[in-house]
Amino acid sequence: MAVVDRSPRARVATAIRYAALILGAILFLIPFYLLLRNALMSERDLGSPQWYWVPPSWHPENFTAIFNDPALPMARSLVNSVAIAIVQTLGVLILSGLAGYGLARIPYRWSNAVFYLITATLLIPAAVTFVPSFVLVSTLGWISTLRGLIIPGLFQALATFLFRQFFLGFPKEIEEAAFLDGLGYWGTFWRVVVPNSYGFAAAIGTITFIGSWNAFLWPLVIGREQTTWTVQIALSTFLTAQSVDLSHLFAAALVAIAPLLLMFLFLQRWIVEGVERTGMGGD
Amino acid sequence: MTATPAGTDVAARAVTAATRAPLGQRLRGRQNQNLWFWVFVGPFVIGLIVFIYIPILWSIYLSFFEAVNTVTPSKFVGVGNYLDMMRDSAFRSSLWTFIVFAAFIVPTTFALSLLTAFLVARTKVMQTFFRSVFFLPTACSYVVAALIWKMSIFAGVPSGMVNAAIGVVGHDAIPFLSVTKPPWYWLVIVTARLWLQVGFYMILFLAALQRISPTLYEAASIDGANAWQQFRYITLPQLRPTSAAVLLLLLINAFQAFDEFFNILSTFGQYPPYARPPLVYLYYVALGQGQDFGHGSAGAVILTLVIALSALVFNRFFSLRGED
Repeated sequence: MAVVDRSPRARVATAIRYAALILGAILFLIPFYLLLRNALMSERDLGSPQWYWVPPSWHPENFTAIFNDPALPMARSLVNSVAIAIVQTLGVLILSGLAGYGLARIPYRWSNAVFYLITATLLIPAAVTFVPSFVLVSTLGWISTLRGLIIPGLFQALATFLFRQFFLGFPKEIEEAAFLDGLGYWGTFWRVVVPNSYGFAAAIGTITFIGSWNAFLWPLVIGREQTTWTVQIALSTFLTAQSVDLSHLFAAALVAIAPLLLMFLFLQRWIVEGVERTGMGGD
Repeated sequence: MTATPAGTDVAARAVTAATRAPLGQRLRGRQNQNLWFWVFVGPFVIGLIVFIYIPILWSIYLSFFEAVNTVTPSKFVGVGNYLDMMRDSAFRSSLWTFIVFAAFIVPTTFALSLLTAFLVARTKVMQTFFRSVFFLPTACSYVVAALIWKMSIFAGVPSGMVNAAIGVVGHDAIPFLSVTKPPWYWLVIVTARLWLQVGFYMILFLAALQRISPTLYEAASIDGANAWQQFRYITLPQLRPTSAAVLLLLLINAFQAFDEFFNILSTFGQYPPYARPPLVYLYYVALGQGQDFGHGSAGAVILTLVIALSALVFNRFFSLRGED
């Protein structure tokens, strides 16, 4: 691997590899381009049988129109999505961070039993529990409420499992010093462990945020009233009912993925780490 | 005095037990460890019990009752709901839909994400750019992808991208989503899912490729192994654990498919009677107009068993193959 192969055959292989990558990249970018193009096109051009790679006219006013369209509760559903994603992300980090630390560091007779109780739920595909969870949430009277949308998603066994693994590998010496200074478990956790775990928390946090922002099935069954729609539900409702202008729908979709695209631009490092950790179960 | 190792804790417990300390002190444990354990772990465990364990047990209970529009049923029907579900041709066809879908999407996503990982890993110029491009769709929700696929790429009118392209060569526009013969809708659904998922699994494979020690390749090339032999005898075996995990994740994800089916196929609030994977079917039985929790719960239990069984078979198959 150290020696660069300059034979003609190797050059042809390199050329093919790049050709494949460039072709793949174009195919992967086309949907994003179409999203942008359609969001900026007029309704008439969008429906014309003539195909435009570059629209004949640009209509950035689509973006203001979607916030003034009374049929499309865009602002409200954006606020809901932001609130749900932020509260869920912080909630998962705090609950799973605390639980992971307790499991990793506080000696307790039933610690292993509790750990198995938690990891057993990893074996149950989340979607299978949606009928039972719906039954529970409707019994609590939480249908069409923000707490019904947020609270059941706060208890992520995978996040707790990953935090435990992470804290097990945390250097013990630092905590021991803090303990000797009389900080106790609570003080050691918040003042010593947490400040040294921001990177890991960022990886878990970004993945949780993305999952929460893009969630569909749970908001669909719980957020039935328009006031509790997330942005995904608003888009889906108008996509399946086809009751608003298509160009407006694309503008709304672009607004809906903008926060995540920004995250991918600026926080990609943490997202990649989060994918690696959650995908492989902390391997 | 520190975050105590388990050994001293056992010793401490032995002492506590021997001296018969007051109950309160024994419950709190040495340095109040038991108390602190529950301060840290308790909130999470309580939530898990309330929002996962109780609903599942309750749902199993409901599956033996006639429970339409109610969660406190009184009419016990035994395994009646289960038999109804097994006899229901719509339920069986949803399982069949899942099998057809999984049989295609699992190997295809696996192969494409492995291929992109190899291509990106061996690229020196603009590696970050290519990785980001393939990874970017992960930011997209299924709803947004469904919108682009349904209304722009595969729109059944001449203004759709694919129809515009085939129109150039004189072909009539294909109504991708409103015909079942041939079932063009599968093309729409699987390409959307591929676009959304390939980048995610590519990242997992890239990480696995980076973990392979370069010394293995150095040793092999000193021994005269060519590129193919290095790939066959070093890269592939080193990727086995990741491959197994990815395949299992893909299988479970295919089983949970809902978003793109729902958003691509339903129009004007109506979902067609075909191409209903298990979750779409359950959604309409348990939560649609019916609110039939008894049958819905029975269906959920059957699906849990199906997925657990296939995961088990899959694991067995994979660990057997790993012996050579």
